[in-house]
Amino acid sequence: MNTQVLVEDVWKSFDRGRIEVLKGVALTVPKGEIVAMCGNSGCGKSTLLNVISGLEEVDRGNVRVSGYDVVRESTRVDLLRHHIGYVFQFHHLMPDLTLAENCMVPVIAAGGNRADSLARLHELAVATGVEHRLGQRVRELSGGERQRGALVRSLMNDPELLLCDEPTGALDEKNRERVFDLLIELVRARGRTLVFATHDPELASRCDRTVRMRDGRIEGFSN
Amino acid sequence: MIFTNLRRHRVRTAIGATGIALGVATMLSVVGLLGGAVKMFERILRSDSEMVVFEKSVSDLFFSNVPVDVVAELEKQPFVKEAQPVLFSIIAAPDRPVVTCFGIRATDGRLRKGEWLQGSAVAFRDDGEGVVLGERASDFLNAKVGGTIELGQGIYPVAGVVRLENGFENGGVFMPLLACQKAFHKEGVCSVVTVALAPGHESSEVKAWMAEKHPKLTALENEEFSRSYSQFKIMKTTAWVVGGCAFLLGGLSVTNTMILSVFSRIKEIAIARVCGFSRCQVAMMIFGESLLVSAIGTVAGWGLSAGGLRLLKAVPDLQGYIEPNIGWQEVSGAMALAALTALAGAMYPAWYAARLKPAQALRFE
Repeated sequence: MNTQVLVEDVWKSFDRGRIEVLKGVALTVPKGEIVAMCGNSGCGKSTLLNVISGLEEVDRGNVRVSGYDVVRESTRVDLLRHHIGYVFQFHHLMPDLTLAENCMVPVIAAGGNRADSLARLHELAVATGVEHRLGQRVRELSGGERQRGALVRSLMNDPELLLCDEPTGALDEKNRERVFDLLIELVRARGRTLVFATHDPELASRCDRTVRMRDGRIEGFSN
Repeated sequence: MIFTNLRRHRVRTAIGATGIALGVATMLSVVGLLGGAVKMFERILRSDSEMVVFEKSVSDLFFSNVPVDVVAELEKQPFVKEAQPVLFSIIAAPDRPVVTCFGIRATDGRLRKGEWLQGSAVAFRDDGEGVVLGERASDFLNAKVGGTIELGQGIYPVAGVVRLENGFENGGVFMPLLACQKAFHKEGVCSVVTVALAPGHESSEVKAWMAEKHPKLTALENEEFSRSYSQFKIMKTTAWVVGGCAFLLGGLSVTNTMILSVFSRIKEIAIARVCGFSRCQVAMMIFGESLLVSAIGTVAGWGLSAGGLRLLKAVPDLQGYIEPNIGWQEVSGAMALAALTALAGAMYPAWYAARLKPAQALRFE
């Protein structure tokens, strides 16, 4: 099966239905595709990413990732451990831990092999240029290094799908380019699927497909 | 993760562990002190014997009246090696309203075990009036051999001063049984009879004989007596209740610490969920942290109580009275209570953390 993400007629509201954020969204993402989701703030990009990852429950509709139903709690945990990596706009690393300790959190959750994971950590750290910062506490790192660290963490269990919510939104121009280049490079090299939300049309233009969202609906696609 | 989390929040960990430590220290100290007191009292009763005979259904041995004739009868039985009457009483001396008094026979072994500081055992006679003082009693009554002391309404010559290991005995007055009976108007009776069994004989023989010949009296093995004597039960129960209350306070401290720990890490917990931690793993992490805090507190509390009791034992005024008795049973009990407290204290924080919705928690400010 080539479908990585399948979203069918998904509705999601907050505040007991008073705020409708997703209104019948349908989206299919094949394996290996890089998809950018564009749209104004509040259009539902982040909520859709959260729904795909299972972090947010839907009111109605179906969401499947790698063929698994994300609505079920047990499936959701398994998906987040082995199939989905997530990068936020803000790194969300634990400031008192070292970068290496932060990156090992998904490995601990999945009960992965420590030696293999350390080798993978080193490989990813070299690829993202943070290998010399692994022993540093997060609060001692620069913004770009933190975001690259968050990228390493999301890839530790080698997920098939990477979801990124404005991964470069909090970075300056130089770091934005660098982190995004890395992201694309890592995903392409591994044949993984990437779905990310962005405001930046230039970043979106470098993807296989762009999904335009407006007011909780998918307005259109462009290649 | 558990070690790392506690290491990251050292002050919070220390506060939680201190709560448990104080609970453990209070419990072990109170249980140890009262347990020691009970043991000390048990040794007064034992004195080379295996059994104790006293009046049935008395709440306190001071109220027990055992006819002294029973002693002679017991000594004639083949299953008895030795029987010794003891009359316990409290008497007043000038400037000292409470002095423990032991009415014993000259053949009672307890004085032989002491170190005679003045006089000798020969001077303590069944038909005499001379009393032997424990070393501390001699100090606070300011009495020496050759002098006299006023006890109750009588004046007694001091026949000897002896240093005894047991604090109650060392602070007490030993009177010849007859003189003691006369002083307390308890002629012909004693409080208890301690019984040493003849080799090869069983305590059941004494019990059967007592039930047949003296149904108003009861004979118990020392261990049985310790378990069933209501005063000991009250003391032991008090110790565990006081200790339990201390644990409740310790438990609140752990709950508070863990709630703070969860509330200040809401985003971290959400990220852990995003990284694949299940609800169960999150709850286990909180329980694990709580248990580890409790384990640190237990070790610290054990050390604190051991050190505190050692210091108390070294205070000159308390010497002989403080004999802490912290055994593995007490330590295991405190450890089990500390673990239970930790688990109970972590229940709400663990439940809260496990139920956190990651997406909502990440929006939390």
